[in-house]
Amino acid sequence: MANKSISHGADSRLEIESTFKDRLSYLGRLLWRDRTGVVGILIFTTVVIAAVFAEFLTPYKPLDQDLYASKMPPMWEEEGSPEHPLGTDNLGRDMMARIFYGARVSLGVSFFGAIIAAILGVVLGAVAAYVGGRWDEIIMAPVNLVLSLPYLLFVVFIASVLGSSLLNVILIFGVTNSPIFARVTRGEVLKIRESAYVESAISAGARWWRVLLFHVMPNLVGPLVTLISFQISAMIFYEAGLGFIGLSVPPTVPSWGNMLSEGRRYISSYPWLTTMPGLAIMYTSLGMNLLGDWLRDVSDPRTRRSGR
Amino acid sequence: MLKYSFRKVGQSLLLAMGVLILAFAMVRMTGDPASLMMSRNASAEEREAFREVMGFNRPVLVQFGDWITHVFMGDFGDSLHFREPALPLVLQRLPATIRLAATGLAFAILIGIPLGLIAGFRANSLVDFFGRLIALLGQSIPNFWLGLILILIFAQRLGWFPVFGADKPESVVLPAFVLSLPVMGELLRLTRSAALEVRNEDFVRTAFSKGLHRYAIYIQHVLPNVAISLVSVIGVEFGYMLGGSIYIETVFAWPGMGQLVGQALGWRDFPLVQTIVVFTSLVVLGLNLLTDLIYALIDPRIRHGK
Amino acid sequence: MASILKVKNLVTKFHTVDGVVNAVNDVSFLLEDGETLAIVGESGSGKSVSMMSIMGLLPMPPAKVEGGQALFNSKDGPVDLIQLPYEAMSDIRGGQIGFVFQDPGTSLNPILTIGKQISETLIRHLGISGREAKDKTVSLLAEVGIPDPTLRFDAFPFQLSGGMRQRVMIAIAVACAPRIVIADEPTTALDVTIQAQIVNLFKELRVKMGVSTIWITHDLGLVAGLADRVLVMYAGQILESAQVDELYENPKHPYTIGLLGALPRLDTQESKRLVSIDGTPPDSTILIHHCPFAWRCAHAFERCWNEKPALTTVGEKHTVACFYAMEEGR
Repeated sequence: MANKSISHGADSRLEIESTFKDRLSYLGRLLWRDRTGVVGILIFTTVVIAAVFAEFLTPYKPLDQDLYASKMPPMWEEEGSPEHPLGTDNLGRDMMARIFYGARVSLGVSFFGAIIAAILGVVLGAVAAYVGGRWDEIIMAPVNLVLSLPYLLFVVFIASVLGSSLLNVILIFGVTNSPIFARVTRGEVLKIRESAYVESAISAGARWWRVLLFHVMPNLVGPLVTLISFQISAMIFYEAGLGFIGLSVPPTVPSWGNMLSEGRRYISSYPWLTTMPGLAIMYTSLGMNLLGDWLRDVSDPRTRRSGR
Repeated sequence: MLKYSFRKVGQSLLLAMGVLILAFAMVRMTGDPASLMMSRNASAEEREAFREVMGFNRPVLVQFGDWITHVFMGDFGDSLHFREPALPLVLQRLPATIRLAATGLAFAILIGIPLGLIAGFRANSLVDFFGRLIALLGQSIPNFWLGLILILIFAQRLGWFPVFGADKPESVVLPAFVLSLPVMGELLRLTRSAALEVRNEDFVRTAFSKGLHRYAIYIQHVLPNVAISLVSVIGVEFGYMLGGSIYIETVFAWPGMGQLVGQALGWRDFPLVQTIVVFTSLVVLGLNLLTDLIYALIDPRIRHGK
Repeated sequence: MASILKVKNLVTKFHTVDGVVNAVNDVSFLLEDGETLAIVGESGSGKSVSMMSIMGLLPMPPAKVEGGQALFNSKDGPVDLIQLPYEAMSDIRGGQIGFVFQDPGTSLNPILTIGKQISETLIRHLGISGREAKDKTVSLLAEVGIPDPTLRFDAFPFQLSGGMRQRVMIAIAVACAPRIVIADEPTTALDVTIQAQIVNLFKELRVKMGVSTIWITHDLGLVAGLADRVLVMYAGQILESAQVDELYENPKHPYTIGLLGALPRLDTQESKRLVSIDGTPPDSTILIHHCPFAWRCAHAFERCWNEKPALTTVGEKHTVACFYAMEEGR
């Protein structure tokens, strides 16, 4: 440090941060500051593992009936047994297996629903913002219409008209949630388009698709990923709600919503049939919300630096 | 102000038209509304007769024109199940739903906003922590499930509240609380961030530089600005509660429009479902319009036509 | 002349997640009665933060005043503003020390009338009734040059132009006849023509009310016809302090010379090139133990990298913190 080779403030800062211990403590500080995000990711990961490796995590199949072992309470209650850790339902199906396999349905529906909604919405919103003028109005009129309607009521209506199937549920969620993505995308694109660096790229002769791909899209990623994680949480709710009144996937499919709908009939005698799938929904949704909150903070450079 | 109001009214009328088109189109989405509304084992002759009666054989545009003119006259068609006009059936159920939603909204406002303010003024305090916990749980607990659990605990085990129905005054407590929870969380979150944001505005620093007392600053400078940003949200949330009470009314057997939707779906009574959807949407649009107009009244920047 | 404000060894830091920002490092200065003092520096030099620290207007946390004194000669005798409890401080703020902030667009409450915003200061500090306050507000509005003051009493900030809003801010600042007015870049957000009007208004008020003024600015050119004395700040420290004429004619610190060189001059015959200062200010998260300007200084030598120069007197009321200037002056 004694020689005078330091020519700029940033250099001396690099030297300060370069020791391993400092780096480690810096990482620790980041993790602690972003602990909600870390918890969110952990929760999400466990749900994904349960869904993907359901076959290996439980010996039972979700539809295997065993009437001799029906209505068994969870293992921590007196009549429970470790063979069925979360108990069994009225037909003797293992609750844990149904919840693990049910995670496939819930995550599948909400993930693909959110992806479809995002793709549709981004295309609509980007076109509306980029082309502008009359197209903007033509695209945004139905978008604003859907966004100002009582959403649940319309989804129930559509689901009852179209009939219950896995594909229908995904498509309904995908289409009816695309407007929110369209609105966010349009707003962001308009904002970015006005910004100096895009203007300078355009005046430097960049083609519109280059501008869209290299300047606009990277800025959209943050808000979109945040929105997707909140939407996944919301769609898990919607699926459960539809299942609850028998409008989601067919009743034979072990979805969390269907489990709630069946369990409800036995709520006073066998409450775990209702509590378990509800807790599964809550756990997953909690994870996605924590993740979403964190992503929102991280992707917004204005809140990035303010310590919480 | 006048120009703003006219524009908002015009937008709402356009949206209302959109609602009618959407609701009409949805019943015909599958191509054959007759098979949608009839049981599977209805014979071909029965179907044909049904189409004749309902007018499904006419060109779609004629059907639409006919339906729209009737809607404008207050005739939303007849319920298939009750065999009587659908609108009066819906209107009968409206007071119960409004009572539920209004009680829920009151819970959400009375708990959510004060907690949000404290959380905003005392960021990272204990109240802030619990506030954020409530907001997070409100977002993460499916509310019809929470309804079931609360029935199990407070109605069946403890017997503090009726299990279902709307016969007693205290019947409204559980369903209204459940309905209010997500809204409470949302209001809390918004109030907190609005308070934090307003608190860091330059004009609040100006207020401090004038030597005003702390409470004078909060009450005269911070709160009114927070309130303005909340007004628009509260209207929208009330609309959400009106339309979102369907599961909760089903769970608590609350005799409102939401319960009627559930029942009508079971009867495949689509004219009735359609009526509820259109009617509720129009009420929600009306509420949003009202919110916009109130907003204009209390915000001088819009009132004096910026 | 008696001093009205005496700041000694002020140290302010911001504790952020990315480290501790050393915003104000050991700043001392005097404000004399009736004097207009200009504090000049580029953004981030700590000029605003040092004033806000004295008045307790920084958000704490993250900011923390870690040391120093600010002795103010208040109506009730001398007090240390740094140590003052909230209530006593709020008696002084707005009553004995007034503020004008940079952006009049955001510094006024958008949903309250300007009349209300001025009169609440009067009611708070003078203990007068709402009716009296209204009369006084109208005459204040006239005094700061707002036409139709009775009519404007009920106007909202967005109904006024930027220059008018800044006049309202000034009316708030001088409402209770304070001893000091602190103006934080009051003309930066305004058009050039409006700037001149606001500067003139300040000069008028100074003559009329005899108030001491601290004028914070990054524009050395603006200071010439306005201030009595100038402090040059850089990286949270004072580098040079002199009477305004002395500073223009005989700048000592290479940074001041650089600032003046970057200024177009109309009073010389020879045409000179405008020069700019290379480089950027140092990272304020590092505590620097040598001259903070050394990185950008053309004259830096061994000693400048080894110790921190202290303010040293080089002429009448002229101090500078620079080894090069001191050795040259010897």
